[in-house]
Parts: sequence; structure tokens; C-alpha cells
Amino acid sequence: MNRLALKAFLAILHRDVVVTMREFIPFLLQALMQPLFFLFIFGKVLPNIGLASGNFASLMLPGIVALTGMIAAMQGVTLPLVLDLGFAREIDDRLLSPLPVWWVPLEKVLFATLRGTVASSVIFPLGWLILGDGFVVRTDRLGVLIGMVVLTALVGSTIGLLMGTTIRPEQISLMFTLIFTPLLFTGCTYYPWGALGNIRWFQILVLFNPLTYAAEGLRYSMVPPMHGFVLKTLGLGWILIALGASVIVMFLGGTRTFYRRVVT
Amino acid sequence: MTAAISVRSLVKRYSKSKTNAVDDVSFEVSRGEIFGLLGPNGAGKTTTIGVLTTAIVPTSGSGHIYDVDVARSPMAVKQRIAVVPQQSNLDRSLKVREILTFHAAYHGVPRKQREALADRLLDELGLGERKNEKVNRYSGGMAQRLMIARALMHEPDVLFLDEPTNNLDPQSRLFLWEKIHEMNARGLTILLTTHDMDEADKLCDRIAVMDHGKILVNDTPAELKKMIPGGTALEVRASAVRDAGRVATALAGIAGVTKVEPVAEEAEPGTLTWRVYAEAVNRHIGAAAQAVLGESAEVRDLSVKQPSLEEVFIFLTGRHLR
Repeated sequence: MNRLALKAFLAILHRDVVVTMREFIPFLLQALMQPLFFLFIFGKVLPNIGLASGNFASLMLPGIVALTGMIAAMQGVTLPLVLDLGFAREIDDRLLSPLPVWWVPLEKVLFATLRGTVASSVIFPLGWLILGDGFVVRTDRLGVLIGMVVLTALVGSTIGLLMGTTIRPEQISLMFTLIFTPLLFTGCTYYPWGALGNIRWFQILVLFNPLTYAAEGLRYSMVPPMHGFVLKTLGLGWILIALGASVIVMFLGGTRTFYRRVVT
Repeated sequence: MTAAISVRSLVKRYSKSKTNAVDDVSFEVSRGEIFGLLGPNGAGKTTTIGVLTTAIVPTSGSGHIYDVDVARSPMAVKQRIAVVPQQSNLDRSLKVREILTFHAAYHGVPRKQREALADRLLDELGLGERKNEKVNRYSGGMAQRLMIARALMHEPDVLFLDEPTNNLDPQSRLFLWEKIHEMNARGLTILLTTHDMDEADKLCDRIAVMDHGKILVNDTPAELKKMIPGGTALEVRASAVRDAGRVATALAGIAGVTKVEPVAEEAEPGTLTWRVYAEAVNRHIGAAAQAVLGESAEVRDLSVKQPSLEEVFIFLTGRHLR
């Protein structure tokens, strides 16, 4: 019976790969349009006209990688689930497959993590193209970097699972305003956490956003020492604890709400 | 031999509800049977199917598919059943043929087998020419046929059809009825719900009528029709009637007649109609004609009315709207 469940799981994963590959270009556009403009305006235009310092780009790049991976992963789960559980019910076919119900959200999370990882990986060549000389990434922490990219996508997909199972179709536009926008701007994407010392309340507030830890973790693994100055980030231990806790809480919560939506 | 479906003392009460959606329901469906679940909206049909298809957890009691407990071993049950829902839940991201092959893959059917089966079923259900399209362009009837093809892809033992021909044109409806009979002839056990009495009458070996979460009756269509009091009825239409009351009395005076009811609507101008109930009403045709003629009225029409399932349904569940 377990081999059968595994076969079902792999077939469902295969279905998602087939569907995404068929729409790979739209997927890339959806995931990369925003970071592309961010990189161009903040990394190229602002430093060029003197409104930002030259190494702003290297501080911001890890933030863009984190944001892109997280959003792409979330998009892979949230909207499809909201629509599916709301009215389309296309998911029923998978729920009637011979595998435990919670493997269905597990597959969604796994696949969305893959999506997020691909999207944030594409930021590197894109950044290199757009930023030119401004593109500086240290290579001595490559293992941590890869781990952080995957972990960030995992955080995004589990948040997406909880949101996708909680939000009703009629609340979608509210979701963008109330969840996406704050997440975007309080996640230390465009500024390093250490620099917020002067606005202490905000520095504490952003610690409640998982994106902060993802962005700081990527800064830790990407930003090289500049002019003998090493950027201070949040400690790697704290980052891993916060992101790990976020994944566990969001996945358990999301799976629970998923189960309640499909089995009554 | 174990039953294909067996439901014992099933109760389902949803949280926040004060009444049981399904209230102590028991029934069995033998292998190879077509079993109809009839009832007004909210009678508990969908909840009963939900329990049997593992989407709803029973509050108490049990459901078994081929001796496998649906609440305890949902995975094993899923491998033996297939569900065709009321509304399309086809995977719109896939092409038609892929909908079938992926469904089979979810159920562990080997590649060669699922490819061959998909092509065969698409041809059988008249979808072979449009198998590489997406379902967006499919009509309601085609979507319904595709859902049936999908259900057959993992060769289930029991098929659940929830109002299979609702909203279909007459051609699609006839086609599906034929297919349902064919699938059944190949040994598939079928449980279907419907509001269409004609459909239930034509398809089902046995019918259970549900209302307010309970099964009111469970029998063959022929037996159910006998439930109408007085059985069959004789309709007597007469013209040139001078005293309607006397004709009715004369009809009621025939030995064996249990009830005489005037029919309100006028079938043709200047005529009156009565419905005469008796155990074996066709034996009284002559006597009824005599009774009318005896009152110096003219007989215009005499006909034996077979009760329809619809009458049985209304008789059992009442006329009020839900």
C-alpha cells in the first residue's frame, strides 16, 4: 500500500512539472518582472544619479533573491489552492488517489519550493547582466547560499499553504493589500537589519517577518567584505532557528486547515 | 458473498448543526447492482455518498466497500471506488487525454496499460477526435462523458454517480443511460443519486428514498409503485352528466373499489373525470362503464393509470419546498 501511495505522490508531482514546463515562460515572467525592475532602478539608476551609494546594489541583491524565491514559492501554492478549495475542486482527483490526505499539501509545498528555488536562482545571471560591476557575490559560502535559497523557498511555500487554505476566494484582493504589501516592505529586503538601529521599534517589528531572516541569511552568504568592512548580519544560528520554526508552524497549521477543508 | 456497499447505522451530524444530516441509515448494495438514492435537496444523499467516498467522517455507524471500512482504511477504499460529481472538477491545466492518463497514474496503473485504456475509453465515449484539446472548450455533455471515462481509468469496483444527467440534452442523456447499463453489464456496481424519476425507473435495480436524513423505503421500482394506496387507478371521463354526486356514488358502489376521487381539471369542455382506486382496477372497467351509463351519462374515456415513481416520491416526501 505504501508503494502505491509513493507512486501516486510521484505521479502528482509529475503532473505539476508537466503543467509548469508547458507554461515556463509565463512562469518566469511572473516571477522575474518585479525583481528585474527593482534591480535596475535601485541597483543601477539610483547609484548612477547619486541617490544611493555604489555598494547599495550588493546589499540589496540578497534581499531581491530572498523576496523573489519566497514570492514565487507562495504564488505556486496560494492562488491555486484558494481557487481549488473555493470552487474549482480540481484537486478532488488527487484527493481520491490512494495516498494519505496530508501528502497532497506536502506535494504542493515540495513543488512550490522547487519553483521558488528556480526563480531565485535566475536572479543571479539577471543581476550579473543588469548590475555589471555592481554584481559582487562572495563564493566562499556557497554551501550556505544554496541552503538559504532552498530554505527561503520552503518558507514561502509553507506560508503559501497556510494562506491558500485559510483565505476564501472573495478575500483574494484583500490578501494582496493586507499580507503581501507589509510582507514586502518589512522583510529587510532593501536594507540590512543591522542598519535599523536608529529606528529601534521598526528593527524589532521586522523580526516578526520570516522574510527578514531569509534576506539576512542570504546577505550573510553573499555580501563580501568591502574596504575591510564586514557586514554584520543576524546570527546564522538565529536565522536557521527562526526559518525552521516558521516552516514547521506554517506547514503543520496549513496541513491542518487543508485537512479540515477537504474532510468534514 | 460480501456486499459491494454496506452501510450500518450511519449517523452524520455536522459541527454547529442541531440535527443529523444522516440519521441512522442502513442499507446494502449487492455486487453488480445499480442502486438509486432518491430524495429532495438536503435529504442526506450527498452526505451519505461523502462518507462512502472518504470525504466525510461519520459521527457514528460505519460504511464498508467490499468489506473495507471507509473511515479506517480510506486509501484502500479509494483504490476500489470512482466518483463522478455533479459539477465538473476536471483538471483544466491538462489536455483531455492527459486527464485520463494522469488519473490512472495517480492510481498506479502502468504506463502502457493506461495509454491503451485512455484511447479505448475516449473512442467509446465519442471523444477520440478531440483528445488533445483542453477541457475549456468542452460542452457540459462532453465534460460529463470525460468524467465518466476518467472514473473508469483505474478499473474501480464501485462507481458513484451524483446526478449524472442533470442539465444534459436528451441525446447526451440517452447516451449516458446506455453507457451506464453497459458498465453495469461488465460487472460494475453503481450507486447513483438523481431527481429524475424517469432516470431512476429506467436505470435502477433498487431505489432508496431518503428524506430528513432517513431512508423511508428501499425496494425495486415496481414494488415502490405498489405503495401508492389502492395501487393502480382507473380514470373515468364522462359527458352529459346531470348529477355528478350520483355518478361518484355509483362508482364507489362497485365491489372492490376503495376510493373515488373527482379530478379537478377539465380534460375537455363539458366533461367530468373521476379517478377510481381498487386493488385490481382493470377488472372493474366494465362495471365502471355500467355505472356511468346507469346515470344516463355518456362514457368518453376509460383508462388505467400506472402510478409513476414521481407519485411515490411525492407521496413519501410531501409537496413542500425545501
